[in-house]
Amino acid sequence: MHSFDVLVIGGGHAGVEAACAAARMGARTALVSFDLSAIGAMSCNPAIGGLGKGHLVREVDALDGVLGRAADAGAIHYRMLNRSKGSAVWGPRVQADRVRFKAAVQAMVRAQANLTLVQGEAAALVLEGGRVAGLELADGTMFHVKHLVLCTGTFLGGILFRGEERFEGGRIGENAAHRLALQLRGADLPMARLKTGTPPRLDGRTIDWAVLEEQPSDGEAWTMSPLTKRRINPRVFCAITRTTQAGHDAIRANLHRSPLFSGAIAAAGPRYCPSIEDKIHRFGDREGHQVFLEPEGLDTHMVYPNGISTSLPVDVQEEVVRTMPGCGRAEIVQPGYAVEYDHIDPRALTPDLQVRAIPGLYCAGQINGTTGYEEAAAQGLVAGLEAAAAALGKAAPKLDRANSYIAVMVDDLTLQGVSEPYRMLTARAEYRLRLRANNAATRLTGLGIAAGCIGAERRMWWERREDARKMFHVKHSQKVHARELADLGLPVRRDHGEKPLAEWLRYDGVTPEALAPWLGEITALDPLLAEEMAEDAAYAPYLARQDSELRDLRASEALPLPADFPYAEVPGLSNEMVERLTKAAPGTLAAAGRVPGVTPAALSALLVHARRKAAA
Amino acid sequence: MRSADTIFALSSGAPPAGVGVIRVSGPAAREALLALAGRVPEPRRASLTRLRDAEGALLDEALVLWFPGPNTATGEDLAEFHCHGGRAVIAAVEGALAALRGVRRAEPGEFTRRAFANGRIDLAEAEGLADLLSAETELQRAAALANAGGALSRQVELWRERVLVLSAEVEGVLDFSDEEDSADLPECFTWNIGALAGELSEWLARPRSERLGEGFRVVLAGPPNAGKSTLFNALVESEAAITSPIAGTTRDVIERSVAIEGVPFTFVDTAGLRDGTEADAIEVIGIARAEAELARADLVLWLGAEGEGPQGAWEIAAQADREGFATKAGARFTLSAVTGEGVAALKTALVETARAALPKPGEAALNARQHARLAEAEEALRDAKGTSDPLLVAEELRRARLAFDRLIGRATTEDMLDTLFGRFCIGK
Repeated sequence: MHSFDVLVIGGGHAGVEAACAAARMGARTALVSFDLSAIGAMSCNPAIGGLGKGHLVREVDALDGVLGRAADAGAIHYRMLNRSKGSAVWGPRVQADRVRFKAAVQAMVRAQANLTLVQGEAAALVLEGGRVAGLELADGTMFHVKHLVLCTGTFLGGILFRGEERFEGGRIGENAAHRLALQLRGADLPMARLKTGTPPRLDGRTIDWAVLEEQPSDGEAWTMSPLTKRRINPRVFCAITRTTQAGHDAIRANLHRSPLFSGAIAAAGPRYCPSIEDKIHRFGDREGHQVFLEPEGLDTHMVYPNGISTSLPVDVQEEVVRTMPGCGRAEIVQPGYAVEYDHIDPRALTPDLQVRAIPGLYCAGQINGTTGYEEAAAQGLVAGLEAAAAALGKAAPKLDRANSYIAVMVDDLTLQGVSEPYRMLTARAEYRLRLRANNAATRLTGLGIAAGCIGAERRMWWERREDARKMFHVKHSQKVHARELADLGLPVRRDHGEKPLAEWLRYDGVTPEALAPWLGEITALDPLLAEEMAEDAAYAPYLARQDSELRDLRASEALPLPADFPYAEVPGLSNEMVERLTKAAPGTLAAAGRVPGVTPAALSALLVHARRKAAA
Repeated sequence: MRSADTIFALSSGAPPAGVGVIRVSGPAAREALLALAGRVPEPRRASLTRLRDAEGALLDEALVLWFPGPNTATGEDLAEFHCHGGRAVIAAVEGALAALRGVRRAEPGEFTRRAFANGRIDLAEAEGLADLLSAETELQRAAALANAGGALSRQVELWRERVLVLSAEVEGVLDFSDEEDSADLPECFTWNIGALAGELSEWLARPRSERLGEGFRVVLAGPPNAGKSTLFNALVESEAAITSPIAGTTRDVIERSVAIEGVPFTFVDTAGLRDGTEADAIEVIGIARAEAELARADLVLWLGAEGEGPQGAWEIAAQADREGFATKAGARFTLSAVTGEGVAALKTALVETARAALPKPGEAALNARQHARLAEAEEALRDAKGTSDPLLVAEELRRARLAFDRLIGRATTEDMLDTLFGRFCIGK
């Protein structure tokens, strides 16, 4: 019998982060996967980051996760989305070479101390007195472990659909963990089904790139992780094409053959990433939809046509592809398909991603109803940190809605549940102005160091950076008169008096570069930090205004609601509200206010009853 | 947790009246029905029943209603007895109720308190009800009723939805800009924000609900012996005295609050200020106070020499009964408080002027707390209108939403706790 502090099932993005995070915390950790060579595989589009998602990558990285550095190792195309808008909504996104990305993940996993890799099929949880005691593999191997993280993605009861065809398994060519699924079903956990999909992959040699509009990588120097010193791979360019009326006609004529419309798939798919048949069906008046042709790597001809995820039969997929400009002779290497899979209603989880009904069992990733590598990785990180902390009697970094997108996601999931695959959006974060992708390290790395999950390399990097921050603060508090700025030709009125440099940075047209005479060498020392500090100064008045809001939030967070709070006994709550509150079991009054459908009047009632209970 | 006690109160007007409605709320409401009516009627159906006391003596023949909780006005089990409205009948039924175990007479405002504690009404509605309970004049009552009925809450919901729509448009631009669908903000966007901010400004410019409590402040001013005190007495005498929540800060002025035709007034006689003061130092203090009073006034009645009163004051030619009376050329009113000549006309004009300056009947009026929140929302919208960065527009719109949430108590914030545990004494 083998014994571990934490055991992680699954080698996808969630599983990798969970296992590495637990190991970084110092827990003796095992990662169990069907196929160790598949660890770090990107099963869908070869891109990491994007709007909201880029924030998650940077936050996972700030807590010393794997994703950011692996993305840099594989990156062959960089774009900073939303560059023209305020920096809080900039979304760093890279396209990664699948092979290089996977190799980087595997190298990091294998180099991780305290982490054992186990190839095998997880067959059954061993429970003792209702809580996790171990895991049995299909070959009979037993593991003794009290903290188990389930990161099984779409493997749980997954069925693939392609036209009239059906396959079992989460990804083409792999098995589904059916025994485990049956056991979880039997455990009476609230389960539901969702669907997701993927487009056909094209052979790049059969695409006429010359007729298409190019989308080059940006010419800047940023990377996903600050520990990556520079961009290493050659850059490729993507191209933009569109679907056409002829293609739409082909889709319409074959809608009855799509499992989405024939009724074979009843589960909800992501609104933010709909299949092409969904788009045609819902926006019938559109003449065409944009499709990004994204090369999958440097050593492959595979191209990922982003925007035509589909479960139509292969012959229809071919017809649709060939009506797109530049793709008249394009060959499909691997057809697209849809996956329908089980997920746990995440309201059954506590904020540490632990199943309320089965102590010791944590869930992370797609199994919780989310979509996307970044969402999965971020949950894996939380579950791994929390499981290790519980196993070792430590405390995980305290994440909340005011310090991370990670916490926004976990809070949304555990309080609101999901009705479609959950994808991160910047709009979900109410304290967005303070949660920028480029200040993730400032927000989180210190917390990580305190919790003990940050490796030596990043710790040293961060300490040097903190020293630099102090120097910036000193420089920024230096007072300068408006006349001096105006004399340099800056757009400042001469009668605006004397102010600290930090305040001048709020003025349009006053940049850190323009303040070089006062800031001196320091900007050149760390340009990224200089930019971050300048943005802090610019947003400062808005952040100050949020402070009172945060104080109020913390006050209502101080009022606890026990998990077994008798909502049904509070008069004035509708049956629907009682049901939602009971399912989500918010830990505090503040959390109860975020459960959908809870009215102001209901909240007052809760407040009064919770106070009375607390006083009693 | 349900309240342990069951409470009752006469919820219609004071007897004698045509009908007297006695409300019973709480866990023993059902037992109360059984005890007095002998049965529990079908929920929400009026049924005619004979009411008897514990000894079986007939109390009245009444309509009784049964509302099982929690979907009732108070959120608890509720019973109603619609009795004949005579004093003796009401007293007898109330006596029989009070004799039941666990049933007691309600304290003032207790039904409201329970409705709030049980989530039947939100913060703004509760504030309205609290005002309603302390309303002493017809105008106060009408305004409080509008708030209690949810007029303000409904309006805030509408504003909030409009801000949500605006927010959704900005968020679309921010979160989907990598997709072709995301156009820039529509041209009418800024105009819509401005229109909403304008609407809020109109509400903010309305008279505040405290004005109803304080009353329309009329100051009588003029030199000694100009007839101020006599007129003061003529104005306040025979009118219903009301209590003004604003205590007079100086003892040297005489002020009295009365309702004339349902409109609350506070009349201030500055007579005490100068009359009989001889020492210069005191004189100076007196003058300063008089000036402060004049500044606080909504209206000044000037009884002194023509043109010497403060600006906007009504020129009053008083003491028309006196020998050698000389009226003013521009007198607005010529009157004699002694004979009563002209006083009625002055009162009519005062009521008319005050009505225009106080919240309109039936129109939801804002109290200080609500006004502050709404002002915050308005400021956020104005800032949003003046910003071009969609990220900051989104932040300002969020701030406006937050202000609305606080106004109706959606955000469980400190001011809500204060309201709850201060004004309503919940938590006992």
